[in-house]
Amino acid sequence: MRARVDAPRERDDMAGLPAGSIDCDIHPSVPSVQALMPYLEDHWREQVIIRGIDELNSISYPLNSPLTCRADWKAASGRPAADVGVVGRQALDGFGTSLAIANCLYGIQLLFSEDMAAAFARAVNDWMVKEWLDREPRLRASIVVPVQNVEMAVDEINRCAADKRFVSILLLVMGDTPLGRRHHWPIYAAAEKHGLAVSIHAGSAYHNPPTPVGWPSYYTEDYVGQAQAFQTQLTSMICEGVFTKFPHLKVVLLESGFTWLPAHLWRLTKYWRGLRMEIPWVDRAPGDIVRSNVRLSLQPVDGPPDLASLMKLFEHMQSDELLLFSTDYPHYQFDGTAAMPEGLPADLVRKIAVDNPRATYARLMETVG
Amino acid sequence: MNEIRSQALSEAPAASRLLIADGDIHPAKKGAADFHPWLEKRWRDHIDEYGSPARQGWQAGPAFPKSQPNASRRDAYPPEGGRPGSSLAFMQGQHLDANSVGLGILNPLGSGQGVQNPALSAALCHATNEWQLAEWTSKDSRLKASVVVPYEDAVASATEIRRYADNPAFVQVLMLSRTAEPLGSRKYWPIYEAAAEVGMPVGVHAFGYGGNPVTPGGWPSYYIEEMTGHSQCQQAGLTSLIIEGVFEKWPSLKMVMIEAGFAWAPSLAWRLDKHWKTLRSETPELSMAPSEYIRRQVWWTTQPMEEPEPRAHLEDCIGWMGWDRLIFATDYPHWDFDDPAQALPFRVSEEQRRAFFMGNARGVYRGCGG
Repeated sequence: MRARVDAPRERDDMAGLPAGSIDCDIHPSVPSVQALMPYLEDHWREQVIIRGIDELNSISYPLNSPLTCRADWKAASGRPAADVGVVGRQALDGFGTSLAIANCLYGIQLLFSEDMAAAFARAVNDWMVKEWLDREPRLRASIVVPVQNVEMAVDEINRCAADKRFVSILLLVMGDTPLGRRHHWPIYAAAEKHGLAVSIHAGSAYHNPPTPVGWPSYYTEDYVGQAQAFQTQLTSMICEGVFTKFPHLKVVLLESGFTWLPAHLWRLTKYWRGLRMEIPWVDRAPGDIVRSNVRLSLQPVDGPPDLASLMKLFEHMQSDELLLFSTDYPHYQFDGTAAMPEGLPADLVRKIAVDNPRATYARLMETVG
Repeated sequence: MNEIRSQALSEAPAASRLLIADGDIHPAKKGAADFHPWLEKRWRDHIDEYGSPARQGWQAGPAFPKSQPNASRRDAYPPEGGRPGSSLAFMQGQHLDANSVGLGILNPLGSGQGVQNPALSAALCHATNEWQLAEWTSKDSRLKASVVVPYEDAVASATEIRRYADNPAFVQVLMLSRTAEPLGSRKYWPIYEAAAEVGMPVGVHAFGYGGNPVTPGGWPSYYIEEMTGHSQCQQAGLTSLIIEGVFEKWPSLKMVMIEAGFAWAPSLAWRLDKHWKTLRSETPELSMAPSEYIRRQVWWTTQPMEEPEPRAHLEDCIGWMGWDRLIFATDYPHWDFDDPAQALPFRVSEEQRRAFFMGNARGVYRGCGG
């Protein structure tokens, strides 16, 4: 557990990725609520004006924090990653990736009104199609849903699913109730029906304190704590039987970190052995379920300071199919193009960057000409 | 799974015949009357009329039904009656003598910690402390007590800690992990100040009810989720202690994380270091990387030990943490008891074995020979 204080990497334009690499987590920004106005229905357009509704910018990513946008990716003015041309150059050309999945983090999940959430989710998804997918053929996207109301969420999934460039459904890791709870299951049924993955991204609705022991004082605690939130959601989805009911469902944990996974599975498996009488429908060990149904994005690599320890961790994960390449653009997780940890064996790099994303997102290759 | 298998005294390998430390033993009351010698009539009547609720909804019993009555081993009921853990004689025979426990740390639960009425919480905690002296440590010198504190009232807690400053029967301060605010919150700082002053480590035992859902995404459905979730609560508490500057302010303070696993520690330390490095403009008070505070000031009790397959993966984790970080614990008399004869299922050096089973504990607990 030595301190990891690396010297800043010199900029290096060789990302070292194989051809056909897929970036599973980038974050185009809604530049302002004004940009959504053409996509909002009359009632909500009027509401924005009459009520002075502000930007839906969640505290999960404070606009000027060093993590929210890497220094060399900042825009001259306005929000980062808000221009499709810039994103194409920085996030795709910059790494030589062939496809990238856009996960739009706009604070829709925080809203208390389910009607407003549904209206803004529709607007964001339509904006994503017109302003991004139609203009940059290398982009795919996740469907933003009003998770506040499961019927509305399913309606939105069904509405967007006709466009095959939507490859997954986006949820935040901290909502009102754990994601395994049965009232969420229609979302998973819709995902399975349409061949969409379910992507769970870091972030909170802040309807519960962002730690299980109350509100922290510092943003650093909030961000570090995302990993614990992912652990509890994985517990919930496994214990409630989501993967027993939906055996073909693929759940992707985004910006989750992954080094916590082995230790968490050891603990959960020990308790499953002792307490499975409580959840008899869970008929496989948690680790087996994860290896067949759950994937995690690469960045941030909350890894050990040395390659040998990182390789041990991969051994602990007992599969080379779990990780999906991501840059987490424009969040600051690494310097230069060093998104892939240095020194990994070439076959593992290929699995992470190409094979695993293809195997996870059923729709990903359908739209490649 | 509910049958009772007799746990015959194993022919333990010679090395485990060493005296061992047990960092987590749970003594139980025979009944409420056990505390009456130290509880004013006002509070006895109050409990009788209003109970002693602690931020969860049941008049009696835990928020999630446990897997066993009293969460206990079914073979741990004393022959003379009473709850598991309530008979010193039976505990001596079944556990302390049988497992060669030379140093046993008492961590009483259900002791008024987290009780909503702050004055009642303080009164119950004090009664618990006097009861530990009268019924346990004075009758068996292998057992050492924890100062149970009403931690949601940190000033009252500090008073309780200083009350036992010179009493060698008390070797640590005890908190529970499910606090109302994260452990590093300034609200709790008088506890750390007093603990550092008297030279006791602060043990943070899993459980309790702080009023927050046990996950940051709301209440789960099952006991297994709550049990697994204690690990995430501990991780959040430790994150808070580091980032909010408790270890920076009290460099001699020791923390012992109890009954929430430990294999998560390397990953949490790596994650803390990585993001602290990016975000360090937020916490300029911190003079070291988070992992360095952990290395200097944090220990873990072992039970419930993670059980990877193959078991050697756990050895990697302990290697990352350091063999000097772990204090063996059984959680006697609870159902998920770890047996010292089977606790290290891989080859270790004699030095590592001695540190794990006794040496580390002696170095951490006040006045225990470190």
